[in-house]
Amino acid sequence: MAIHFKQRPGLVAYITCGDPTLDVSREVALAAIRAGADVIELGVPFSDPVADGPVIQRASERALQHGTNLIGVLEVAKQLRQQSNAGLIIFSYLNPILQFGLDKFCAAAAEAGVDGALVTDLPVEEAAEYLRAMKAHKLAPVFLAAPTSPEKRLRDVAKHSRGFVYAISRTGITGARQELAGDARSLVERLRVHTKLPIAVGFGVSTPEQFAEVGGFADAAVVGSAIVQRIEQNPGQEAAAVSEFLSSLTGTAQEAVGKS
Amino acid sequence: MEETTSNAQNSEANPALGKPDKQLRVRAVRGRFGSYGGRYVPETLMAALQELETAYAVARKDKAFRDEFHRLLADFAGRPTPLFLAERLTQQLGGARIYLKREDLLHTGAHKINNCIGQALLARRMGKHRIIAETGAGQHGVATATVCALFGMECVVYMGTEDMRRQELNVFRMKLLGTEVRGVDSGSRTLKDAINEAMRDWVTNVRTTHYLLGSVLGAHPYPTMVRDFHRVIGQEARKQVLKAEGRLPSAVIACVGGGSNAIGVFYEFIKDREVRLIGVEAGGRGHSLGEHAARFDGGGPGVLQGTYSYVLQDLAGQIALTHSVSAGLDYPAIGPEHAWLHDQGRAEYVSASDQEALDACLRLARMEGIIPALESAHAIAECIKRAPKMDKSDIVIVNVSGRGDKDIGILRENVAF
Repeated sequence: MAIHFKQRPGLVAYITCGDPTLDVSREVALAAIRAGADVIELGVPFSDPVADGPVIQRASERALQHGTNLIGVLEVAKQLRQQSNAGLIIFSYLNPILQFGLDKFCAAAAEAGVDGALVTDLPVEEAAEYLRAMKAHKLAPVFLAAPTSPEKRLRDVAKHSRGFVYAISRTGITGARQELAGDARSLVERLRVHTKLPIAVGFGVSTPEQFAEVGGFADAAVVGSAIVQRIEQNPGQEAAAVSEFLSSLTGTAQEAVGKS
Repeated sequence: MEETTSNAQNSEANPALGKPDKQLRVRAVRGRFGSYGGRYVPETLMAALQELETAYAVARKDKAFRDEFHRLLADFAGRPTPLFLAERLTQQLGGARIYLKREDLLHTGAHKINNCIGQALLARRMGKHRIIAETGAGQHGVATATVCALFGMECVVYMGTEDMRRQELNVFRMKLLGTEVRGVDSGSRTLKDAINEAMRDWVTNVRTTHYLLGSVLGAHPYPTMVRDFHRVIGQEARKQVLKAEGRLPSAVIACVGGGSNAIGVFYEFIKDREVRLIGVEAGGRGHSLGEHAARFDGGGPGVLQGTYSYVLQDLAGQIALTHSVSAGLDYPAIGPEHAWLHDQGRAEYVSASDQEALDACLRLARMEGIIPALESAHAIAECIKRAPKMDKSDIVIVNVSGRGDKDIGILRENVAF
């Protein structure tokens, strides 16, 4: 299992694959790994991303305009695996995976060297077949825990997750926020009771201060929209822009930890 | 509103998902119709859906809730609606006797008010005072705005900007009723995109907000609950036709977008195996993907916006764009119970083109003095095709789900005198 967080907080970096091209996505992912990312979430663009804010919606539209599909995303994963030991997670809505075929997807992902998957609109209750297929191919299913999840749901999410558990910092869609909600800390505390797995906090982490803050109560931070925004704003220099941004996060975090 | 077991049997297992768990086949406990339905939403919404499911399960057994629901259906919405024998149309077509179920006569002009009253009562029980909704044609938006005004609730309606253009009268009606209409500019700027945006709002404000979904779509419990609130259509129609004719109809015809008016009028007849149930999808302006909204003619099983059903999509699972002259049918997925009825062969689904619907609209206006909504005109179009081939002893019920006032702008653009 290549999901391992070297430092605290660990860094999970999300990119929407195919935005603007699969080649650029691969270069951005490599740059993110060099800047300290422990896990790369390879986002599969979807036409109807109900859980995502405007930044990732736009990235998905750009990626779909030139036909990015799951096969292309798995190809990026394969190339990354040849060059890196970082954790690789496929991040998708259910329908693209369903149409590809659950078992076929798991087989292809394992073949490509992927470590796990997170399916945004697949809650644990509906995941029986998915879990069987993931297990058969030794892949880690990562589930989301939300501030609105009651104890029983947190227990189920923790029980079925492998690799790490993704704690959503607040109710809402993906996207950068000024402040992390107080929800995040209490969710991690509630979740901790049910699992020894690393807990990664996502949704809204975009500044060095927030990154360091997450390190105070969770194992890792997920950075998504802030990365995708830099890709959008720096055409032709995506990898360099993401690298600079992520270095500023991880550098600050180490400093903050050092001081405490 | 009692649960029935008619959706209890298993249908073909989805090869991708594998065979559904045994317990899923027993009853629609978790909102399954065969293998269709379910609850495919982000984790943040799961607790709210469970809360809604529980609240609804309690409410439907509560006599006070049912009494209040039926009182408002009668006194506020104007139920029962008549079952009207369309004599001139019958005579002209020369076949089956045609009855029109007049949902167009309801307050706000369409069947949608039934469900809105039910869900608003439920939201009030749950202590949620902010209501959000999506709308396509604007009929559900207007009905939602109306019940929110009635109950003194804050209301936000999401509507694609393309639909706002097509249905500007309804946009204004919602504003008059004190509702905030938020235009949605993503995707095809129609119903699907309005639902996406409403779901994003709900994910964000789930603790204080009830999402008043307008069709038999989305995650459990919506398809079951919305169907239950519309069952009254078929209950009335069945009684009315028995009273008028002393026997059941040969066929019941309804248009199908998400499928709420259709399931409402079909449901009471499902057990009457001799009654053919015919759903009419939007055939749009052509057969290729993107030109129509006929999910059973080019779609396949998939997950969209919380439910597993027939979806118009490409091979990679990306949801297709759709087209229909009627905004209310312009949607790439169909309610999961219709998917099940389709696979079981209990209901049949056909389509009517934009032009056929426009022609049918004009014909009903001229023959019977009723201008139907363009959605309902699709059902009329199928009746016009089918009735002449039927025997004079046959009876057909067509659900006129809404009235056509909202479509005057589109009719003006498309009908030449």
